[in-house]
Amino acid sequence: MVRQRTPTQEERYLTAFESFASNGWISDPSWLKDLRTSAIERFRELGFPTARRGNEEWKYTDIAPIARTQLEVEVGDESKIGVASIEKFLVGDDNWGRLVFIDGAYSRELSRTPPLSRGVSVTSLAEASATMPDVLEKHLSRYARYDEAAFTALNTAFIEDGALVQVPDGAVLEQPLQLLFVSTTPEAMSAPRTLVIVGRDSKVTIVETYVGLTGGRYFANVVSEIAIGVGAVVNHYRVQQHSKEAFHVGTTQILQDRDSTFNSVVMDAGGALVRNNLNVDLAGENASCTLDGLYMVNGTQHVDNQVMIDHQQPYTTSRQNYKGILDGKSQAVFHGSITVREGARKADARQNDKNLLLSNECEADTKPALWIYCDDVKCGHGAASGQIDERALFYLQSRGVDQEAARRLLVRAFASEIIDSVKQEAVRAHMETIFDEHAQEYRLT
Amino acid sequence: MTSPRTISKETGIDDTGYKYGFVTDIETESAPPGLSEDIVRFISAKKNEPEWMLEWRLKAYRHFISLLDNEQLPKWAHIHHAPIDFQQIIYYSAPKPKKKLESLDELDPEILKTYEKLGIPLEEQKLLAGVAVDAVFDSVSVITTFKEELAKHGIIFCSMSEAVQNHPDLVQKYLGSVVPYTDNFYAALNSAVFSDGSFCYVPKGVRCPFELTTYFRINTAQSGQFERTLIVADEGSYVSYLEGCSAPMRDENQLHAAVVELVTLDNAEIKYSTIQNWYPGDENGKGGIFNFVTKRGKCQGVNSKISWTQVETGSAITWKYPSVILQGDNSIGEFYSVALTKGYQQADTGTKMTHLGKNTRSRIVSKGISAGHGSNTYRGLVKVMPKADNARNFTQCDSLLVGDKCGAHTTPYVEVQNNTAHLEHEAFTGRVSEEQLFYCRQRGLSSEEATALIINGFCKEVFKNLPFEFAVEATRLLEANLEGSVG
Repeated sequence: MVRQRTPTQEERYLTAFESFASNGWISDPSWLKDLRTSAIERFRELGFPTARRGNEEWKYTDIAPIARTQLEVEVGDESKIGVASIEKFLVGDDNWGRLVFIDGAYSRELSRTPPLSRGVSVTSLAEASATMPDVLEKHLSRYARYDEAAFTALNTAFIEDGALVQVPDGAVLEQPLQLLFVSTTPEAMSAPRTLVIVGRDSKVTIVETYVGLTGGRYFANVVSEIAIGVGAVVNHYRVQQHSKEAFHVGTTQILQDRDSTFNSVVMDAGGALVRNNLNVDLAGENASCTLDGLYMVNGTQHVDNQVMIDHQQPYTTSRQNYKGILDGKSQAVFHGSITVREGARKADARQNDKNLLLSNECEADTKPALWIYCDDVKCGHGAASGQIDERALFYLQSRGVDQEAARRLLVRAFASEIIDSVKQEAVRAHMETIFDEHAQEYRLT
Repeated sequence: MTSPRTISKETGIDDTGYKYGFVTDIETESAPPGLSEDIVRFISAKKNEPEWMLEWRLKAYRHFISLLDNEQLPKWAHIHHAPIDFQQIIYYSAPKPKKKLESLDELDPEILKTYEKLGIPLEEQKLLAGVAVDAVFDSVSVITTFKEELAKHGIIFCSMSEAVQNHPDLVQKYLGSVVPYTDNFYAALNSAVFSDGSFCYVPKGVRCPFELTTYFRINTAQSGQFERTLIVADEGSYVSYLEGCSAPMRDENQLHAAVVELVTLDNAEIKYSTIQNWYPGDENGKGGIFNFVTKRGKCQGVNSKISWTQVETGSAITWKYPSVILQGDNSIGEFYSVALTKGYQQADTGTKMTHLGKNTRSRIVSKGISAGHGSNTYRGLVKVMPKADNARNFTQCDSLLVGDKCGAHTTPYVEVQNNTAHLEHEAFTGRVSEEQLFYCRQRGLSSEEATALIINGFCKEVFKNLPFEFAVEATRLLEANLEGSVG
């Protein structure tokens, strides 16, 4: 079904894989080698997805620019970046833990490990493969399915470094943890990987930030896997601030056990072509998730958010609230899918997507889907699309607020539903700053 | 052929619950099964068609064959069935013509009986109901009543075959103008082999004085029914059209691939209602109609309106998306739907509203009910093109699940390319609420009655858009279909 357009576009990565295999693998355990090999094999079979008719998953997003660009698979050189250049992307205070990755490679110098309680591991994948190989073997690539997704397969084939967070049963990570992924090399692909394993009744807050320090086209192909144990709570934030020409394809795979909670807020402000897959498997009774998102696109940006929630067990709850602000000739895509499996009684799902269109040349495509195989459920979705409410504008103007300020206020109000839902203060402040920066560019007169 | 079944004398409902599953014993004239250029020529020749019609059919045939050869069958719908062998289908089947009919009395009494069983007594309707009936028996229009009455107003309402003979200019101008033969797989098939259907033209400024009705019915075993309907409402005119469908019970699946095209010019309005009750297959999902239909209307003129109302209770598989192209400024498109799936029925149905003109409005209300092992999917597209300033859409699609083996799915697509557009979409899926049931039970209703009442309430917004007599019929149909599935 999903076949490649020309063989050469995939071949570059196949060749890069061969040289990767012959250079950097010697000390790696055999299971990791096998994993990479079968992943690249799968990538070769799948090829890059095409937006061709009938390919529902990629209906509105053509990744040809990524496939066409001559990208090198880059292994980062962390030494060239000083802390000053990443300062503005840092979230939180000195108590926060922080892992920094430059083009996918861990930078010990820029990172800071917080004082950790017993059994908690916060480290890079490369280090973990030496110190705790059994954990990696048990969990790595067990959640994110690369057999159906070409980009996940590509990331898996080039797994080398990334973040590992392991929280044992009953442990609480008091301070949030920031994972900062910095792209610095144009015409390069980085493939960082994040693995988070949260034990029974544990709690952790993680902020993933994706940023670019270079102009030009580069490609961040990232995969995060988060396994949440019984009764555990994970607060997850993802902020994407790539440069305006960058490509970003991110997959976040969540597996939730019984009584667990996953709260996520994502924000997309950068990138030329961005695709986010957020897959949540509610695999235990009474698991619940709240997924909020704000995407802001301008110029010719294209951002595609795919949120797949799978209610596999009874009494599971999901809440989704995504909002988009579109300006210029941009395009935003939202595809939210809720599946309630047979037997998943009392599933409760709600999904919302709202788009605010500021220019007359942008395009918003929304596809909220419900797949319900069980009768005892409460599921709903809503979608709306429109421009700034004329009556609200009139109200503000009649109160003496000039038109541009009034419009700015209303756009901010639209975004605040998402930004204000962020409970973590530092993250909220960070998102507000990004929003303000981005909002400067809106043509609101 | 049909297996013997017990049919209750009073209700006509047999042990599978399908009321209209009898076979009429009349001689028919059929083409051999299979599809080829010769068959297309045979159909065209049988109908004594002009050269341009044959050419059009052949173009469609060649397009269909190229799609078939390249395996470009539509696969995106949420339905499952064994592959269809297009060479096993009889593409032409007509009751043997005896002589030209002058009145109803001359009609084959067997055919009349069939219609009586279906509950559309032609004579009665002719006199009382004020409904003009163009009954399609298998593929050839058997009789058209009320033609003269309609002629007084200048309204043309006849079979498609007659229209090709008598009004070639109109047919040539509009046929394929809304659904070209290249539109999709089944539209191409229909364009190549369509045997008959209804044609209606309402002239400028005329309000059609009564509801127009067609009753389709598939009779011959292994036959496909490929009718083609074309309704044109000229400037300032109005017409309300109702079609009903049923088919006898057979163990094999029969294919029904119809095409309906509606065109409204300036200030015109067409209201199109469907009650579809094709044979859904037996309780194990064997047999039944594959109802793969392309229906589309074009609001070509300003201030025009097209409204689709459908009640889909039959067919093994329903695959149908009555759509509206809102081309004229200020035009309005509406879609009201109730789709019921029970047993092993599958429905993938919805609508497409394409906003092209300024100030265009559309409204979608879809109610899906799934029971037994039924699978019900709403699939809809609302598309606002860059020039459609101030377009407005409201969509509400709700699903009700009855039993824990069924599925209800909702996949709307919203594509907006104009920032002055205002769109809202709401959907809800759940089951009949315990509180409502309790309330009704407390008032003395049995749980089955209570459920039926609540489901009727659930569908009310759609039923109220049906012409009055048919709203009553639809309510009864729904109740009959739900019998045994609830409680």
